[in-house]
Amino acid sequence: MKSYLDELHKAFESRVRLGIMSTLAVNETLDFTALKEFLEVTDGNLASHLKALEKEEFIGVKKSFVDRKPNTKYFMTKQGKKAFEAHITALEKLIRSQK
Amino acid sequence: MKNEQDYIRDITEIRSMMERSTKFISLSGLSGILAGIYALVGAYVAYRLFFVQNGTVLYNITDRQEMYGEIANLVILAITILVLAVGTAIALSLRKSKTQGEKIWNPTARRLVINMAIPLVTGGIFILILLSKGLFGFLAGATLIFYGMALINASKFTFEEIRSLGIVQIIMGLLASYFIEYGLLFWALGFGIMHIVYGIVMHLKYEK
Repeated sequence: MKSYLDELHKAFESRVRLGIMSTLAVNETLDFTALKEFLEVTDGNLASHLKALEKEEFIGVKKSFVDRKPNTKYFMTKQGKKAFEAHITALEKLIRSQK
Repeated sequence: MKNEQDYIRDITEIRSMMERSTKFISLSGLSGILAGIYALVGAYVAYRLFFVQNGTVLYNITDRQEMYGEIANLVILAITILVLAVGTAIALSLRKSKTQGEKIWNPTARRLVINMAIPLVTGGIFILILLSKGLFGFLAGATLIFYGMALINASKFTFEEIRSLGIVQIIMGLLASYFIEYGLLFWALGFGIMHIVYGIVMHLKYEK
């Protein structure tokens, strides 16, 4: 029981971070606006959570220019994918063990 | 510490985020029903104007000049139906997305449109080539087949049920191409009746 809990990564505790990881798991890349639309959060809130996940190296950033405007695209790193999958497995195990 | 309910909520949240960010769900069943009705009206008009009036099946007309005039009218009719159907779909999706609190032109909508457009534009060009070569008999079959493929391609980005509608349209298209004399009938079945059936099923399933 305790070991399952240890597997739950604390980086995924917030709803916004879980949302970022979920959407990036099924989309190759997403820009800031798209993430904002899906998650329905404010710019500042989203930016701080993105920064945190970036620091963990769970997501990567690609910067480019579209029509001379800066465009930032986010994607999930291999490390992030692994951690996210482990997190889901741990969640499933926890639910099953409590039944 | 979180309890079981929180974990279950987390999983549900993950699943819903994955779905919301990959699937366009503002498509309305009603637009399917209306598209079907437009198609049936269009098929009826085509039948009255081009088939009965001349007392002969379209591709049997021997006068080339007359035939091209008829074909031009038929193409105008087809484009009118298409514009009406697409217009209705957009208008109803706008309304539905507003009630769902979703933005209509979100990344999933863009992907849906692009993936539908590839087979549709290919089909449109192919049909123009058929017309230019005088192969009018394959008109009904070709529109059904390419439309079916567009639906199958789009099904990954919206309701999965669209996939079966696409398969039915392809079957109708193949039948319409083989039994050319019944082309219009299969066209009315595919674009008309099948759209209405699909629209009713979707409306009952998701909008009740």
